[in-house]
Amino acid sequence: MKTAFNFLRAGALALFVGFAAGAVCASAPAAAQQAPNPTAQSVKEEQLLNALKPGSTVSGRITIPDQNASTLIQPQGQTWRAFHQSTLPLIGALAVLGMLGLLVVFYLVRGRVKIDGGFSGRTVTRFGGFDRFVHWVTASTFIVLALSGLNLTYGKSVVAPLFGDAAFANLAAWGKIAHNYLAFPFMAGVALMFLIWVKDNVPNRLDVEWLKAGGGLFVKGAHPPAKRFNAGQKGIFWIVILGGLVMSVSGWHLLFPFSDGPFVSEQQFWVNVHGVLAMVFIAAMLAHAYIGSVGMEGAFDAMGTGEVDENWANEHHSLWLEEQKKLEGKVPPRAVPAE
Amino acid sequence: MARVKFLCDADRCIECNACVTACKNEHDVPWGINRRRVVTINDGLPGERSVSMACMHCTDAPCAAVCPVNCFYTTADAVVLHSKDLCIGCGYCFYACPFGAPQYPRVGNFGSRGKMDKCTYCAGGPEADLTQAEYVKYGANRLAEGKLPICAEMCSTKALLAGDGAIIAEIYKERVTRRGYGSGAWGWKTAYKDGVAL
Repeated sequence: MKTAFNFLRAGALALFVGFAAGAVCASAPAAAQQAPNPTAQSVKEEQLLNALKPGSTVSGRITIPDQNASTLIQPQGQTWRAFHQSTLPLIGALAVLGMLGLLVVFYLVRGRVKIDGGFSGRTVTRFGGFDRFVHWVTASTFIVLALSGLNLTYGKSVVAPLFGDAAFANLAAWGKIAHNYLAFPFMAGVALMFLIWVKDNVPNRLDVEWLKAGGGLFVKGAHPPAKRFNAGQKGIFWIVILGGLVMSVSGWHLLFPFSDGPFVSEQQFWVNVHGVLAMVFIAAMLAHAYIGSVGMEGAFDAMGTGEVDENWANEHHSLWLEEQKKLEGKVPPRAVPAE
Repeated sequence: MARVKFLCDADRCIECNACVTACKNEHDVPWGINRRRVVTINDGLPGERSVSMACMHCTDAPCAAVCPVNCFYTTADAVVLHSKDLCIGCGYCFYACPFGAPQYPRVGNFGSRGKMDKCTYCAGGPEADLTQAEYVKYGANRLAEGKLPICAEMCSTKALLAGDGAIIAEIYKERVTRRGYGSGAWGWKTAYKDGVAL
């Protein structure tokens, strides 16, 4: 009987110990829940901003169907602002005004490049109707694109004070529409120019000679030989083709925003490329327009009537003139001595 | 005049999106445009926080700086507003804005984005206060009625605060002191160059 009692007592004790142990085990997670510490875990704005790599954003999940909205803070907007408000206008002013200054100095020093032999009165066809059409489609749209583009960068400080904000905004709105739509004939013009003129614009050894002689621009009476296009014109051609290509690609991204996905950084990149290149492009075209009109006697006829004076052609494109004459049969291929 | 601001106490925001809905309803905002939105940071991870964000009405606003047609202006209460008559829809303000506030309706081909739309702090636009013309372009003008922005007014957890910047910063500081934690006044450093010292 006594052993049975002892057995019971031992069992009860074991049971008690078991309960106690269980209670201890159960109380451990309960204690952890009593003092939550969200500070230790919560995401903090300051930490996110400090950990941010340049060009990245504080982003999260969004429930509205516009993934652009999932970016909470994009600090690089400030960088873009600084570039757009200070760097770009500076680059543009240096490029465009710098080029205008250079051209004025060149005109004052060198004067108009005259035809040394004077007008001969005989002309040779330099550009046919289609060549001139392509040139002027590209040129005229370029002028509108350049002016409406410059207006977006400088208009606020240069044009707006003259007409007032309301009239200026109206002008800028029309400029934007013109810019968007004339972009397409411009792109087509650049593409056609490439097709019709690329075969005469491949650089060769003759161009090195031409460049060494400074194109004959800086010394009166010097006329390095050239075929259809000399090295300077080839330079302009490739500036237009490559520049036009990059302007088209970057402009396409601005015409169709977020075509690469919801990344504002892409838009910032393309608008910067578009702006900087445009300034350089405009500067180059100013030089081209100068030497093709005021700067050189007889040069405008090439794109005007398409007929250039033979003396002009002989001085600037001697080898091309020979080719043309051969084609016309005016000069026999080889003088064969008479028997 | 006060310098009004928004402050979202992310430790209180429960991502109910009622501010987004109330804003759309109050101003008859067109489809596809959200003047306010709620972004959840570290979604599904420990310590995730949701932040209700709209135009922060920045000091020295980047949008106003880059706008090519001077369509932005700042009111005496420091609310950044714009004129849809002047806006040409170029998109520059969206590139410069740190908070993605400017929105554009899609009105046509190519880059013709239409006039920019953004949070007005329920303060309308340059038109005469409380006119139909103002409502059509910019939505309700609650400030002219002596009310605060609808998003903050109806926030169920009082996470989103609107009003005098000094006062809402004080309220937020008190909250942080009492509960012992705070994830920060989101956007303040970026918008106003100074955060709320905690």
